[in-house]
Amino acid sequence: MGGITYQSGRAPHAKEHRVIFRNIDRAGWDTSIDTYRKEGGYEQLKKALGMERAAIIEEVKKSGLRGRGGAGFPCGVKWTFIPPNNTKPVYLICNGDESEPGTFKDRYILHQDPHQLIEGMAIACFAVGANLAYLYLREEFPEAARIVEKAIAEAHANGFLGKNIQGSGFDLEIYVHRGAGAYICGEETGLIESLEGKRPYPRIKPPFFPAAMGLYLCPTIVNNVETLCHVKHIIEMGGDEYAKTGTKNNTGTRILCVSGDVQKPGYFEVEVGKVTMGEVINDLCGGLRPGRKLRAVIPGGSSAKVLRADEIFTVGRGDDARKLTIWDIPMDFDTLAACGSMAGSGGVIVMDDSRSMSWVLNNLNNFYAHESCGQCTPCREGSLWMKKITDRLVAGKASPSDIDTLYGVAKNIDGRTICAFGEACSWPTESFVEKFRDELVADAKPSLESAIVNPETLTAAAGLCD
Amino acid sequence: MSEVKPDLVDVQIDGVWHRFPKGTRLIEACRQVGAEVPHYCYHPKLTSPGNCRMCLVETGMPPRSAPGAESPQPDESGHLPIVWMPRPVIACANTVAPNMGVRTTSPLAEECRKGVMEFLLANHPLDCPICDQVGECTLQEYSVEHGKGESRFREQKVKKPKNVAVGPRVRLDDERCIMCSRCIRFTDEIADDPVLGFTDRGSHTVLTVYPGRELANNYSLNTVDICPVGALTSNDFRFQMRVWFMRETDTIDVNCATGANITVFSRQNKIYRIVPRRNNDVNSDWMPDSHRLNFHWIDSEARLTEPMVKEHGRHRAATWSEALAKTAEKLASLSGSEIAVIASARMTNEELFLVRHLVRQLGATQIDIVPRMGEGDGYLISADRNPNTNGARLVLGLARPGDGLDRVRSEIEQGRIKAVLCFQENLVEDGGFSPELLGKLDFLLASYPLAHSTTGLADVVLPGACWAEKSGTMVNVTGRLQRLNKAVDGPGETREPWEILRDLIASLGGDSGVTSVAEIFRQIAAEVTEFKGLAWGQIGDLGLPLIETGETIPALEREKQRKAAGLIVG
Ligand SMILES: Cc1cc2nc3c(=O)[nH]c(=O)nc-3n(C[C@H](O)[C@H](O)[C@H](O)COP(=O)(O)O)c2cc1C
Ligand code: SF4
Ligand code: SF4
Ligand code: FES
Repeated sequence: MGGITYQSGRAPHAKEHRVIFRNIDRAGWDTSIDTYRKEGGYEQLKKALGMERAAIIEEVKKSGLRGRGGAGFPCGVKWTFIPPNNTKPVYLICNGDESEPGTFKDRYILHQDPHQLIEGMAIACFAVGANLAYLYLREEFPEAARIVEKAIAEAHANGFLGKNIQGSGFDLEIYVHRGAGAYICGEETGLIESLEGKRPYPRIKPPFFPAAMGLYLCPTIVNNVETLCHVKHIIEMGGDEYAKTGTKNNTGTRILCVSGDVQKPGYFEVEVGKVTMGEVINDLCGGLRPGRKLRAVIPGGSSAKVLRADEIFTVGRGDDARKLTIWDIPMDFDTLAACGSMAGSGGVIVMDDSRSMSWVLNNLNNFYAHESCGQCTPCREGSLWMKKITDRLVAGKASPSDIDTLYGVAKNIDGRTICAFGEACSWPTESFVEKFRDELVADAKPSLESAIVNPETLTAAAGLCD
Repeated sequence: MSEVKPDLVDVQIDGVWHRFPKGTRLIEACRQVGAEVPHYCYHPKLTSPGNCRMCLVETGMPPRSAPGAESPQPDESGHLPIVWMPRPVIACANTVAPNMGVRTTSPLAEECRKGVMEFLLANHPLDCPICDQVGECTLQEYSVEHGKGESRFREQKVKKPKNVAVGPRVRLDDERCIMCSRCIRFTDEIADDPVLGFTDRGSHTVLTVYPGRELANNYSLNTVDICPVGALTSNDFRFQMRVWFMRETDTIDVNCATGANITVFSRQNKIYRIVPRRNNDVNSDWMPDSHRLNFHWIDSEARLTEPMVKEHGRHRAATWSEALAKTAEKLASLSGSEIAVIASARMTNEELFLVRHLVRQLGATQIDIVPRMGEGDGYLISADRNPNTNGARLVLGLARPGDGLDRVRSEIEQGRIKAVLCFQENLVEDGGFSPELLGKLDFLLASYPLAHSTTGLADVVLPGACWAEKSGTMVNVTGRLQRLNKAVDGPGETREPWEILRDLIASLGGDSGVTSVAEIFRQIAAEVTEFKGLAWGQIGDLGLPLIETGETIPALEREKQRKAAGLIVG
C-alpha cells in the first residue's frame, strides 16, 4: 500500500490487508468521483463492459468469493441461479441494512468510499443482466443515504450510470431505498417485501428463492455491500489471482468488526483465514483490558453461537483433524463453522471475565424479541418468551428449571421457522445454555422452583396438568 | 424402477408408496391418503404464507450419490432408499418430488407440533368458557390431539385489544388471534378490500383494521368462518348458541340464482346461523353477508301460521280443508281461460311440477313466474335474484319467464281473467299488480310464508313453508341441479308448498299420485327431457350439472385463474 497515508492514529495494523478498506480513513481522500477516478476508479467497470457476461460470472466463480452478509454463500454460484430461460426483468439489490449487532463495516464503505460500491454494483448488474438496482439502506444511515445519492448523481454525470454506459449499450439505474428501522429488513426476502412497500415479512423458500422469484416475483440477486465491492477487485485482479488471497475455499479479504472487552476495538481488513482469533484480540486489538481474562467470543455477529474461552475445538477430519484453542482459530468461514459457530457478518464480540453471561444472553434476547417480525409462530412467541425468562434470570426471579425451559424454547424455534432469524435468535440461547449452564443456573434460585411466578398461567394450566 | 407417467411422481407417505400428480402440495397428498396434517394458516383458496408452522413434517429424498461412488440400489418395490432430513418442512407450501418420503407422525413431526401448540397457547388468553369458537376451534382440537397438556410458560401474557368492532358485522379479540393471516388474505385476495393488516412486531403483533376504514364489504363474515380460532366473531351469532347443541343441515341459499351451498345451524326449530359450504362449482367456500343473514324473518311475527279465508271483507282463520274447499268451489265455476296461475322461481322444481299439474287440471292457459332481476356483484351474487329461474324454464316450459305477466294484467283489466292463484310471490310488491287491478278479480288465492300486501287482498290465504322448511331441487344460474333440504319445521299449520299443491289438486278432483318430494322428482325425471334418467339419490350434497347455460360465476372464474397461476391449490 505504497504511498497511501492515513489519518493520524488510523493507519491499518501491519497484519491487515486492505483492499476494500483501502481508502477508509485515508488522508486526503474524499467521496467525490474525481478523487475516486484519480486512482483508476471506474476503470474496472469499463473493462467489464468489454467482457462477455458469462466471462465475468466465471471470474467471480473462480475467485471463490463468498457472501459477506452472513451466510457465506458463493457469490458467483448465486448469480447462476437466475433461470436460463428467464424473460422477466432481473434486479440487483445491494443489502445495506447492516443491522446485525456487532457489525459495522458496510457503513464505512457507504460513508467514505461510495463509488467503490457503485462500481461493484454496476459490474454485477452488467454480469447478471440487471438494468435496475436498489441499494437498501437501514433507516439509521441518513448520512450514508445522502452521500450515496450524491455519488450516484456524479456517476450519472460521468456516464457510469444511466443510458448506454460508456457507449456499451448497457443501461443501469441505481435507486437508494431507506428502510424504516427493522432488523428483519436485512433478511433478503423481508427486504424484498419491504422494497415492494409491504411489511418485511420474509417469504417461504421454496418457492420464493430470490434468484428465481424475487422482487416483483422477478429474478433478483441480493448481495451485501462488502460482497459487491469485492466484485470490482475480482475484475481488476482476475478470479484466479484473487483466489490466491485468503485461504482455500475462504478466499479474499474480509473486514472484521471487533467490539467488546478489548483495548482497541475497531475494524480490520484481513486475509480470510490468515489471522487467528488470538492475533485479532492480542495484535489487532491490543489485547484484553488490563487484568482481565477472556471469557467468551461471539465470532460472527450476534447470531453466531458463542465460543467459550477454555473450549478445545476439533476441526478437520481424518488425517487433517486437529485440536485448537480459541486463540488458534483462523478467522475463516470453514473453521469457525467447524468450531460450531460461524463467520457470519464478521462481527467479533469479545467478552472478558467481568461479564455476566446471564446478562449477556438477556441483552441478546432483548434484541431478538424486539426484532422478530412476528410472522411465524415459533420465533414470534419464542423470542419474547426467551427474553422474559432471562429478564427474570437477571432480576433474580428465575429458578433452575427455567434454564431448561429456556433451552427447550430455543430448540423449538431452531430449524422450524420461515427465515433464518429463527436460528439467529435461538443459537445464542442454545449456545449460552450449553456452554455456560453452570453460570446461568447459579443466577437462578432453587427456592423459586415451585413458586407461583405468574398466577395467570398457573390458573390456566391447572385444569390441564395431572 | 416401474414405469411412471411423466406427470405423476412416487411419494412415500408414512411408509406406504403412492402416486400423485406433479405439483401436488404435500398437505393435499397426505390428506388424500388419510394422513391429515394439522394446519392453521393454510387454506386451499388462499395463498400460502407458511406462517403457523403447524404443518411441519419430516421428509427425505433418495441419497445423492457422489460422482464415481456406487449408486444406491432400489428395494423390492423398485424404490430407492430414503435419506431423512433433520430439518422439517412445511407441508402446506412444499410440493411432492419424485421418490420423496414424508413422515407425518414421526417423533420429529410430533415434536414440532407440540412445540407450535405450546407457543400458540403461551400468550393465548385461554378464555374458552366465554368464547364463541368453542366446539369448532382448531386451537382446542389440536391441543387435544397434538398438545403437551401442560405449559411451561411462567411469564406475564401479552395484553392486546379486545372486543374491537372491525366492521359492522365482525368483532375482533386480538388476544385470541394466532396471526395466521387468513382473514387478511381473504380481504385482499378474494374480497378485493384489503382493510385488515398486522401492526407492531413480534409477539406484540396485532391484527387491525386500517385507520378510518372498516371491514364492511358484503363478504366480511367469511373471515369469521375461516378464522381458525375465536378471534373474529359474528355480531349476529356471538353468544347465541353453543355449536354442539345445534343441528346442521346441508342445503342451498335461495337469495339468488347462484344457489350458494350452505349449512343451516338450528336448534329446536330455530335457525341460529348459516355458513357457506364448499362447492367448487358454485360458491367455492364463500357467501355474501346479505344472503347469510337473511333468515331472521323466518321466525318473525309476520309469519302466517294458519290458513285464512276472507268473509265480508275480513280474514278469519280457517282449517286447511275449509280453505281448500272454498278454493275448489270457486274454481269449479270458472273456465280455464278465466284462471291465471302465477308461480315463483323461488319454488323448487318439484313444486313447479305440481303447479304444472294444477294448470293442466284447471285447463288454465296463463302461467308465469315473477322475474326478479338486479345487478350481479361480480363475485357470487347473480343478477337473477330468483334461485330457480332455470328450473321454471325447464319444468314449466317457460321460454322467457315473466313475459306473460303483461297479458295477465291486461286480461284482468279486461275482465277476461277472473281468478289468480298466486304461489310464493307477492304480486303487489314484486309482480307489478296494483291492488286496484287485483280488486277486479272474483277470486285471489295467495300462498306465502309471510303476511304481505298481496295476502292482505286474497280471498284465500295458505301459509306455505319457507325455503328452510322444505326440500326439493333447483337449477342454478350455471345449470347445476342442486338439492334444497329441510332444516326446520314451519310454524303452526304451515305446509310445504308441494303438499299444498297436492291437496289443491286433490280438492279439484285430480290426483297427483305423489306422496313425497322424491316421488315428484321421479315423475320429473320421467317427463322433463333435461331430467331424463336422473335419480333423486344421485344428486348428492354438491349437486350435478344438468344443462349448459353459458353463464359463469365471477368469483369462480377468478379462482380458476389463481389456481392456474399456481397461487392457490383451489
Ligand atoms: C435475520 C437476518 C438478518 C440479516 N441481515 C443482513 C444485513 O443486515 N445485511 C446483509 O448483507 N445481509 C443480511 N442478512 C443476510 C441476507 O439474507 C442475505 O443472505 C445477504 O444479504 C446475501 O448477501 P451475500 O451473499 O453477499 O452475503 C440477514 C439475514 C437474516 C436471516
Ligand atoms: S423466523 Fe422470525 S423473523 Fe423470520 S419470518 Fe418467522 S417470525 Fe419473522
Ligand atoms: S383473526 Fe383469525 S383469521 Fe385473522 S389472523 Fe387472527 S387467527 Fe387468523
Ligand atoms: S399450515 Fe401454516 S405453515 Fe403450513
